[in-house]
Amino acid sequence: MSESTLFALQRLSAKLLAPLVVAHLALILYAVHGGLTAAEILGRTQGSATWGAFYGLFVVAVAVHAPIGVRNVVREWTRWRGRSLDLASAGLAILLLALGLRAVVAVVG
Amino acid sequence: MYILAIFPTGITDRVSASPTLEVRIWRGTDTGAFAAYEVPAAESQTVLDVVTWVQRHREPALAYRFACRVGVCGSCAMTVNGRARWTCRSHVKDVARDGRLVIEPLRHLPRIKDLVCDLTPFFDKWRRAGGWFEGEATRREPMPALAPGAEARQTVDAGIECINCAVCYSACDVVGWRPDYLGPAALNRAWTLVNDARHVRTREVLDATATSDGCTVCHTHGNCTEHCPVGISPTAAIAGLKRKVFRRWLRGGHA
Repeated sequence: MSESTLFALQRLSAKLLAPLVVAHLALILYAVHGGLTAAEILGRTQGSATWGAFYGLFVVAVAVHAPIGVRNVVREWTRWRGRSLDLASAGLAILLLALGLRAVVAVVG
Repeated sequence: MYILAIFPTGITDRVSASPTLEVRIWRGTDTGAFAAYEVPAAESQTVLDVVTWVQRHREPALAYRFACRVGVCGSCAMTVNGRARWTCRSHVKDVARDGRLVIEPLRHLPRIKDLVCDLTPFFDKWRRAGGWFEGEATRREPMPALAPGAEARQTVDAGIECINCAVCYSACDVVGWRPDYLGPAALNRAWTLVNDARHVRTREVLDATATSDGCTVCHTHGNCTEHCPVGISPTAAIAGLKRKVFRRWLRGGHA
């Protein structure tokens, strides 16, 4: 994957994440402020295709955005370069995607 | 410090102390040490004046670089009290701390001797960024008409007065972290060419700046803009290149 593709994917995922993070934070504030219990929250999210799509998209955006950024940071702060770093970054993306989607399934499944 | 003054009558006496500066100058290459000098302070005095005084009166072997002394040639940049500056237009009264100056070579460049750096990597990156103009008109054709008010031309004008002093390059954190990074000056130059209506290699320049060492590496810290002695904003130039690279990718024309 070319550098400009990675750069563009990181930009696109950032544009996506900005409103999603704001909505997520607003949701947390609302839930905490309203004194909702975990059971009450799950009662509203389980079976909801909307929340499933919202957090599914969130997880995909994170899985794209974070490994590209971490790869850049590693290249700035260490001498690690090349294919092994690219593979490790791809591994991080898969890990984030798997863990995130598992959490989404737990919340909406 | 006391000096002896000879009065017309032939009487000698001590006169009041003249102000002096405590100056520490780097001597050597990557290995070396600071040497301390006491330099007479003057009302209107630049850092370059101080270095010149030391070379003429205390240290004839001191190596430093300068040419025009009026902020045009870009050859006298050094690190003064921790900050990259053009020394010919940096007044001592603005940069000295309690009468002290610490003068070192620029950062991120190989040191040749004392205050002189090897600028080869800096100018090599200029070329790697595709920083030379190439037109298609010959001398037999009329000069192309350029509207000074056109948006693209104004974008060129905003960055064209770079004097290549390497102050931005020395101030850039990312150059320090990633020595292959093209750096602010080369990317600023590339941006002026991308917007130049007469330039024929726009695509190649964009390709050259969209590499793993190009514009996408910039963190937008803004040190280059903050330090630029002639008021150019390489940060804006690099942001412009990023936008172009991104839009080109969206259109499917990625490098």
